Amino acid sequence: MSGPVIVGRNLQKHYTVGGGFMREPQIVEALRGVSFSLKPGKTLAVVGESGCGKSTLARLVTMIEEPTAGTLEIDGWNVTSSGREGRNAFRTHVQIVFQDPYGSLNPRQKVGSMLEEPLLINTKDSAAERQEKARQMLRLVGLRPEHYDRYPHMFSGGQRQRIAIARALMLNPKILILDEPVSALDVSIQAQILNLLAKLQDKFQLAYIFISHNLSVVRHVADDVLVMYLGRTVEAAPRDEIFANPRHPYTRALLSATPVADPKHTRQRIRLEGELPSPINPPSGCAFHPRCPLAIGKCARDMPELELDGEARVACYRAGEKIPEAAE
Amino acid sequence: MSDTSRAETPKRSAEAEVLAEFWHYFSENRGAVIGLFVFVALVLIAIFAPLVAPHSPTQQYRDALLQPPVWADNGTATFLLGTDAVGRDILSRLIYGARFSLFIGVVVVTLSLTIGISLGLVAGYVGGKPDTFIMRVMDVILSFPSLLLALVLVAILGPGLMNAMIAIALILQPHFVRLTRAAVLSEKNRDYVTAARVAGAGPLRLMFRTILPNCMAPLIVQATLSFSNAILDAAALGFLGMGAQPPTPEWGTMLAEAREFILRAPWVVTFPGLAILITVLAINLMGDGLRDALDPKLKRS
Repeated sequence: MSGPVIVGRNLQKHYTVGGGFMREPQIVEALRGVSFSLKPGKTLAVVGESGCGKSTLARLVTMIEEPTAGTLEIDGWNVTSSGREGRNAFRTHVQIVFQDPYGSLNPRQKVGSMLEEPLLINTKDSAAERQEKARQMLRLVGLRPEHYDRYPHMFSGGQRQRIAIARALMLNPKILILDEPVSALDVSIQAQILNLLAKLQDKFQLAYIFISHNLSVVRHVADDVLVMYLGRTVEAAPRDEIFANPRHPYTRALLSATPVADPKHTRQRIRLEGELPSPINPPSGCAFHPRCPLAIGKCARDMPELELDGEARVACYRAGEKIPEAAE
Repeated sequence: MSDTSRAETPKRSAEAEVLAEFWHYFSENRGAVIGLFVFVALVLIAIFAPLVAPHSPTQQYRDALLQPPVWADNGTATFLLGTDAVGRDILSRLIYGARFSLFIGVVVVTLSLTIGISLGLVAGYVGGKPDTFIMRVMDVILSFPSLLLALVLVAILGPGLMNAMIAIALILQPHFVRLTRAAVLSEKNRDYVTAARVAGAGPLRLMFRTILPNCMAPLIVQATLSFSNAILDAAALGFLGMGAQPPTPEWGTMLAEAREFILRAPWVVTFPGLAILITVLAINLMGDGLRDALDPKLKRS
């Protein structure tokens, strides 16, 4: 088996906000050290609440933004240290599909020119070659050739998402970031798009980074799962492991909140109190401790490191311990 | 597949569909349609001026000075709208004047639109220090009464139609800069821009090919309204002797020349004034209609 196609090591991203007249700028630690690695043909699901840094991770991996610290390796090359030239060379390796298919397609561009634009910028193909490739790609994602000359507003949500996928694949990328690719679609369309993605993954040996907060979808598509909380990885494990045996209390809370289509299913509901803390002023120690049912004094003082526990890596002092029944 | 088997709409290109929709909303506004017709008529008259005009605009008929229009006493059919103080046919001068007015409008709008869009795109897309710099310069321009600033500029550059147009373009373009910047700010963080960037599009391509086409609606409206403003300002400068110089048959200049005859021969002043009024009114009506048709917020679906 070949090595990983993309490796992130301790990626961090800090933003500076505010800093208006007579005010100190504040630093938002959107991403506080996330590591992962991904092999071709595999899917890494990144899950977590809104605001936990999933989208920041996507922006770093697509090289739209540079990490504040940490390194990103694509195909064994360190792209964070290779400067602008190096990044441009690897830019075609990573493409992205967005959540909202209505905002991700340029309303003034025809489908054909939208698909050909990446080729126009990055390759020396002639106009005829570009058009041929674009038409092939349309067929591949389940659209008809006559859709080539249409504008985005003439398509339904599912079709638009197919166009977005086609555009992302035009440069034969190795890695595709899927930023909640189905959460804006109808359930019936979701399945079609997921099947299409699975088919394309097989065909091109694509590595997917699948950002989602729909755990049912994650269970369906993922090989590995990375659970994030406030810019940190709290648990990373193979899919079956994380669904069968979640260790971190946050992962368990997330799983317990996912509906299961089985009327006889009984399980413990773990209710999380409060809101996701502000990343401007994160809690001391383990960022999850103010909401954690298992928190002990140590959690508020020290930051737990990711430690190997069987097949999983968990950042928790009380990983796997029984959560007391919530008082109703 | 349910989402690909869509009922085939009749073969009609997307452009035609967009145009049809546009016309539907535009034609609801009757004033706008009238404005459009007047404007088209003006353009035709200007283009075919040598064929339409009964006389040369500079030919002086020394035996027919200050001849009243045809319906007044002593009026003759030779000079339908009468003649001015040196015996030139007013109708012919007005017809040729339409050329100048439209030319002024086109040049001024093109100038201020290109410069305004470029500066606005840079300000909105780059942000930071360039943005602050550009916008503060625009604020300075806007803080002067516009006609006064144009007068000062023409006084520096020297009177003449070309300099007047440059001055008017300069005082009109802050509006374009502001509009473009606002539109760019709202568009540049959309996902499709990010997608183009991930595909490797450079800043110039992002600005002009990806973002700009999506910012055009308010700019088209502002361009039409600026068109009439430019005509008006050029007429004002001409009246003050700073614009087109005699014997150019420019409407503002004609007004200035005829000022002293306002009591003795009111038609010499009235007709150029009416011409300016009708033109500006028609273009403004058309601009209003354009705004209503292009602004999605005002659309009833």
